[in-house]
Parts: sequence; structure tokens; C-alpha cells
Amino acid sequence: MSIILEVNNLNTRFDTPEGEVSAANNINFTLQKGQSLGVVGESGSGKTQIFMAIMGLLAKNGRTSGEAIFKGQNLLGLPVVELNKVRGVSLSMIFQDPMTSLNPYLKVSRQMTEVLIEHQGLDKESALERSIRMLELVGIPEARKRVHMYPHEFSGGMRQRVMIAIALLCEPDLLIADEPTTALDVTIQAQILELLHSLKEEMGMSIVMITHDLGVIAGMCDHVMVMYGGRVVETGTVHEIFNDARHPYTQGLLQSMPRIDGNHNEDLYAIPGQPPNLQALPSGCAFQPRCQYADAQCRSTQPEPAALSQHRMIACHHITVAKDLIPAMESA
Amino acid sequence: MSLLAKPNDRMAAVLDQQAEACIDEIAGRSLWQDARIRLMRNKAAVVSMIILTIITLLAIFAPWLSSHPFDEVYWDFIQVAPNFSEGFWFGTDENGRDLFVRTLYGARVSLMVGLVATTVSLIIGVTYGAVAGYMGGRVDNLMMRFVDILYSLPFMFFVIILMVIFGRHIFLIFVALGAVEWLTMARIVRGQTMAIKKKEFIEAAHASGVSTTKIIFRHIVPNILGPVIVYMTLTIPQVILTESFLSFLGLGVQEPLTSWGVLISEGAKVMESAPWMLAFPATFLAVTLFCFNFIGDGLRDALDPKDR
Amino acid sequence: MMSDPILKVENLKVHFPVDVGTFFSNKAQLKAVDGVSFELNEGETLAIVGESGCGKSTLGRAVLQLLHNTEGQVIWMGENITGYSVKAMRPLRNEMQIIFQDPLASLNPRMTIGEIIAEPLATHNPDMPKEQVKSRVREMMDIVGLLPRMINRYPHEFSGGQCQRIGIARAMILQPKVIVCDEPVSALDVSIQAQIINLLGELQKRFGLSLLFISHDLSIIRHISHRVMVLYLGNVMEIAEKDELYNSPRHPYTQALISAVPVPDPDKEAHKKRIVLKGDLPSPINPPSGCVFRTRCLYADQQCEREKPDLNTLTEASVKSTHQVACHKQAEIHRTN
Repeated sequence: MSIILEVNNLNTRFDTPEGEVSAANNINFTLQKGQSLGVVGESGSGKTQIFMAIMGLLAKNGRTSGEAIFKGQNLLGLPVVELNKVRGVSLSMIFQDPMTSLNPYLKVSRQMTEVLIEHQGLDKESALERSIRMLELVGIPEARKRVHMYPHEFSGGMRQRVMIAIALLCEPDLLIADEPTTALDVTIQAQILELLHSLKEEMGMSIVMITHDLGVIAGMCDHVMVMYGGRVVETGTVHEIFNDARHPYTQGLLQSMPRIDGNHNEDLYAIPGQPPNLQALPSGCAFQPRCQYADAQCRSTQPEPAALSQHRMIACHHITVAKDLIPAMESA
Repeated sequence: MSLLAKPNDRMAAVLDQQAEACIDEIAGRSLWQDARIRLMRNKAAVVSMIILTIITLLAIFAPWLSSHPFDEVYWDFIQVAPNFSEGFWFGTDENGRDLFVRTLYGARVSLMVGLVATTVSLIIGVTYGAVAGYMGGRVDNLMMRFVDILYSLPFMFFVIILMVIFGRHIFLIFVALGAVEWLTMARIVRGQTMAIKKKEFIEAAHASGVSTTKIIFRHIVPNILGPVIVYMTLTIPQVILTESFLSFLGLGVQEPLTSWGVLISEGAKVMESAPWMLAFPATFLAVTLFCFNFIGDGLRDALDPKDR
Repeated sequence: MMSDPILKVENLKVHFPVDVGTFFSNKAQLKAVDGVSFELNEGETLAIVGESGCGKSTLGRAVLQLLHNTEGQVIWMGENITGYSVKAMRPLRNEMQIIFQDPLASLNPRMTIGEIIAEPLATHNPDMPKEQVKSRVREMMDIVGLLPRMINRYPHEFSGGQCQRIGIARAMILQPKVIVCDEPVSALDVSIQAQIINLLGELQKRFGLSLLFISHDLSIIRHISHRVMVLYLGNVMEIAEKDELYNSPRHPYTQALISAVPVPDPDKEAHKKRIVLKGDLPSPINPPSGCVFRTRCLYADQQCEREKPDLNTLTEASVKSTHQVACHKQAEIHRTN
């Protein structure tokens, strides 16, 4: 298997009137072709900013360092002209709110064919044909008729499909999906997840799924990266994360998820405290104020990521302590 | 589960202890305070505020700043250029009156017109707009059609009729300007009110049985003050300019009282022979307008930082 | 538990007039809630679940008389309060409160949290001395897990979870009997959701509260509710006790909803049989004839197109008598499964 995306020591910072804010620190990961990576974290964990940086979509006051090698080419610091040959062609991104990335004043047909004419040099007719085929692929009924409609004439789920169709037009090798189903109802979410899953299987596309919903990750992803306070705290395969979580934050997150299966008569486990404010991160480990194992070392020094295997990494001073808790977790 | 639940309780206990350890209440920082801090970072706005304060102080203390009264005619000094030995710092006008004092007296009238007319428009406009926006439906429709009708009346015609019927009086200028400026204010406030009305905290107040008057004045008005203040700082220069325009047409304040508009009008006539008569009042007017606009911009950025 | 219900809703309808057509405006009715009946008992949590546009939030507000009820009755402790004026409702407002989805938007940004929490108290007890109001506020802040010394701070200085605690304190300060919770945790981070759910459960036990818990999240509902009501296009599809609804859902819509919820377990997800519904929610301005769900239902036939199914109580011996389903094909579907 070949590596499609390799991120080395990526840092993202924002200049604000209150001073410099670090949104993502020392991010390292690789993604194999045809695999899917789930990125989990709460709001402000920096999970979106990593990929905005890779796509070159950071806000004006944002700066990035490190490298993000996509198919052998470092995307960071690439001039816009070069970046545009990659963005929307072999690397696409879809967002939580489809309305923000669709132009409300242009017909869907225009928005779709433009991409094809621009990047693939197709003529108008074949571009339209290709667009209709793509809309059919993402499950839009009567695509031939609907392609000539405006975005607001579609329902929320359909709009999300249109956005996915646009993202897929040039058959990208990697699709970055930022909370693609958060704004949708469960039954529509199920439709979209099913679609993404089949696209991954059929087109051999790699997917990065950014979400806070562990349920979505469990069904979709091969690997998981857990983020907290702008840092990666744990990575592993989906089975390792769900069955053998080692970082106290991952464990807490898994246990605080209300589940439709399992025990419902006890109180939920709740991680105490509040998510960290990136502008005023605590000293040492960012999770330390909310962590039950925190000691003097955690409060003073940032834990270094420790690699257990090629894809397994944990950043915690107390991996051994945490491991002892696994039986307790399974009984819960 | 139980294994994990315990440290959770311990955590809560620690928090409780911390709570008891510092009983004294922490003062919060309101959005107004945040806005003030942001405004103080805006150099143009701060400089503008300083200049405006100086102009205002000059206007207030005008009688004590110069040895010449504003309406005294010096027959020996008709239309002389700035002259420091005699204390005519800005020169004199064609009637031999000291231009420095007259410019400051003009500032009194111009600033007063700006403030009073704006305050009148503020009080009427905010109340009217908030009630219309909050009530909605037919009441809103009726109230806003009335505004539309007033809008469509030709303003100059209105002022001239007032002047003809009641004679030229400074009070009338306040009324005329206030009566026109509140219309825009009412429209702005109505729009803002309709947006705020849909917020959940208004619904929460309803659900607690809070009375309508209290909802309007405790929950809605404080939340629309931001745009209102911004609009106000932009209205003041507009009113000053309108007053100058009226004076320029000869509809403004009566001699020997003066305003910047009157002074500019007089200066413009003798622009070639006595440029100082135009230059000084025009500079004061321009600087004041600039200052208000800079403050307005600064306030807008400070009150709504997202828009930048 | 089965004493007189604290709140009884009978055949409640809320219709909004909407303009359709372009120049000659044709008035149509948006049927947000179309004939809903239920009872809420003391100390009970009834969850109202459904997708966006099913009318669940409208229902919550209509029960509190914050919206005009087109038809039907809301009976509060034996008193028919339907159509009560704002004034007539005022004395009842301290019995029923609401908490909102967006924690920050539900707090007036210009007021300190002390003022926010005190407002209902000051409204209903205008003569209460200031000191007493303040001590009640501090006490309530302590109960919902806020540090009382934060009383003079402003909402924007708090995180989402803490803002929701402030909202809960405001709703609780009059010690109401019923709280309508409108998606109270859906805007919060996962780790904070659990805190708020636990807090609501705790308050319910301590004060004997009844909760009308509106949510689209079936996992959360399973944790907090006693009974669950499933809404679709303003109609009740199914209502049952929690375990029964989750273990043996009878309505095809409920079945699809439950199967669509992702489970945080990769093994279960890999082998799960998921019922994927076709298409989208029809417009509530022009709902389908007969059963409103039929356009997306796998089992729909001509009867479903013609007749609107009644909400019938299940008569089988194996199920509780509180289980009601509105489906013509319910028995058939149950047999084949």
C-alpha cells in the first residue's frame, strides 16, 4: 500500500489581538491509499484547523509550519496557482454546512460544470453529462432535471449530497469530510454515511472524517486520531481505540458517550471540568486539570508522544496506570 | 464504572474547597467594557476623541479665551488678516468682528445642534422603532407606513415653510432636524429589534412571565444600543452639515449669532480677497466631521469585532 | 406514578398560516403539530423524539402557551389553560419553565448571570428583599454546579456547558413542576453533554421534577427518559415506555430511526443491519394523504394512502398497556420480523 498523505510536525498558529494562539501543535500522521482516518475531538481541539491548513484555507491571521506531503508534493507553502491544481481535483473537502460552500446564486449545473471545464478541459456538454452521472451516483433522484436547480431548492440532505457530488467530480484521491453529517437527521446521516462508505469501497478513495461523534467513526474508519487542546493525544486502529483506549481522555470520551445499546440505568460517566481554552492552555498536559491521574509531572511537563507500534501512539505520562483500568471499562 | 466514579467525586470536592477558599465575588467584564478596551486600542478613534474634547472645551470657554466679544465691531480692523499683536488670531470679518471668537461661537451652535437634534432623534427613534419592531404585525405596519409618509415629504420645503411661518429661530432648527433624523433611527432600531426578538433569551423572559415593557427596555434596548450608538456618532456630523447647509442658504441662525455654516457662507463670498475667513471655520468643520466619523468607525469595530 | 397526570394534552394542533403562490397570495396552513395527545406524570421524563421539522419544538412551546394553539386542549393539573392570555398565564409561569438548545443565545449578553438567574424570581416576587434574592441565586448556582462567586460575571465569560447550567438555574429558581427541555445538550461537546444529562437527572430526583425532553438524539433519550414519544410531521407515530420502545419498536419509522443511530463499537457497526429510509421529509404544508409516513415506508399500501391510522394501544399480552402505535401494518410487520 502506498502512502497518500504524510503530515510531519505540522503547527498552526493564529495571531489575535490577545496574542498568538496555537491551534495545532506538532501533528504527525500518515494515511494509506484507500484507508479512512477518523479525527475526533471537541470544539477547539484544533481538529478542523489541521485540515484547513493542509487545504490552504486558513484565515488570514493563520500561519503554518511543518510539511504535509500529498502524493509526493508538499502542500504547505505552495503558491495558490499550484495549490489550485490539487484542490478540488485530487484533494477535496466537504463541510458541515453545505450552504457555505455552494453559491446560492448559481445553478448547480453551472457550479459543477465549471470545475470540470476548468480542471479537466471538458466541453460544456460532456461536463454536464458527467455532472448528472455524479449526482446520480450520490443518489439524487431525477438528476437530469435537478441539475438545473438552485442550491436552496434542495433539502438539507440533498444539498449535502450535491456538495459531495461536486467534491467527487474530478475523482479525488483523498476526501476530507468535516462533520459532514452533524447538521443532518439520523436517517439522512445513515444515507450519507452509506454513500461515503460505498464510494470508499468502489473508488478506492481515502477519506479523512473529522467528527465529534464516535459512533460515526466506529462505522466508517480504519484508523482514529484523538485530539485534545491542539495536540494529538492518541492514535490507533479503530479496534485499538474502541477496545483498548489508553489515554484517560479517550477513555473518558468513550464512556461519556450516551449509547443506544448497553446500560441505561446508571448515571453517565462525565469528564469533570470544561474543554480547554486555546488562548489559556493549562501548564504541562492540556488534559491535566480534568484528569483523575494527574500528578506533579503532568502539571509541569508536556507528555511526549510515545509510539507503541507503527500506527499506535499515546501522549500520556501514565500509560501504564491507564492500562490497568481497561477491565473496569469493559465491565461498565 | 465505580472505579472511575470515585475520582470524579474527589474532583468535585476539590472544586468545592476552592469555592470556599475564595468567597469574594469575581467582578465580570461586560461587553461594554470589552468594547471600551477595543476602542482604546484604535488610535484614530482615540486621537479623534481628544481633538473633539479640545474643540468642545474651546467652544465652552470661548468668552474667556479671547479679549474680544463675538459681536463687537472694530471699525479699524475691517477684514484684516490674522494679526497677533491685536489678538485677532484668525483675523476679522468684513464687519470687523474677531473671527477667532466667532468661530468658537459657531462651534457652540454647530455642536449644540448636532447633539440636541441627535438626542431628540435618539429618544423618539429608539422608542418608536423598538415598539414597532416588537409588536410586529398590524401595529408595525401602521407605524412604519407613517414613517414612510414622513420620509417622502421634501425636507427643505418643510424647513422653509417652518421658517416662513414661525420666523427664524434656533429652536426651530433643532425641531426640524430632529424630526427628520429620527425616521432613519426608527428604521434601524426596528430592524435590530426584529432580529433580537427571535433570540432565545427573549423567549426565556416570556416563559418567566416578564412584562412586555420590561422585555423591551431590559432585554431588547440594551442589545440594540451598539448599532444605535454607531449610527448616532454618524448622525451628529450629518446634522452639523445639514445645519451648515441651511445657514449657507440663509435659513440658519440669526445675526449676530453665528454657526460654522454661516461663517463658511460669508467666507466663501470673499474667498479671493480674504481666504482666512473661509479657511478657519472650514477647517474646524472638516476636522470635527472627520473626528465623528473616525469615532463612529472605531465604535463599530469595537462593538462588533466579528465584522472586521 | 399512575396518579393524576400533572399535564394532559389532548388532540393539540398548531397550524401556521403561510403564503404560497406569487402575486395573488394563497394562504396555506403549515401543520407543525397536527393532533397530538399525551400525558405527563409527576416526576416523569417524557421524551419527544423526531427529526428536524417534525414539530417537536413547536409542541414544547405550544404546551407552555408560548404559541397560539389552533385546536385541542392543554390541561394543567386539571385546569384547561388553552388560549390563556399572557396575563392569565403569568401566575402559572413559575410552575412550568423551559431550557433551550443554544446555551449562549438563551442568555441576555448584557446582563450578569446573577441578574439573569434572579429575573424570574424578581418578576414573581417583586417585594422580595434584594439580599434574599441574591442568597437564593447563590444557592441555586451552587445546586447546578456553578461557583456562587461567579455571580457578577457575564455569559460570554463562560463555556457552553456552564451557560447551559446558568439556563438551568434560571429555570429552576422558581422551583417549577415541569421543565420543557428543548434539545438542551445538542449544542454541547460530548464530554459536557454527560455532565448536563446527569445534572438534569439529579435535579429531577431531588425536586420531583417532570421533564418534557425534546431531542433528536436517541442515545441521549435512552439515558434520561421514562417514556418516549416518536413524532413525524406533527403526528405521533409511537409512544411507549423506554425499554419497550428500544427493544421492540413497532412502528416502521421508529425501527428505522433506532437502526440508523451509529453505535460507538466497530464490531457492532460492521455487522449491524441498518434500515435506510428512502427520500426526504415531505413538506408539512402539503403532507401526504392517509399515513404521513407512507411516502418513505417500506410497507405502505393503498390502505395507508387512504386512511390515517389511529394511535392504537397494543393489545398483546406480552406488551405493556402503555404502548401505543399509529400504523395499519403494525401487527403484520411484527409477525414477519
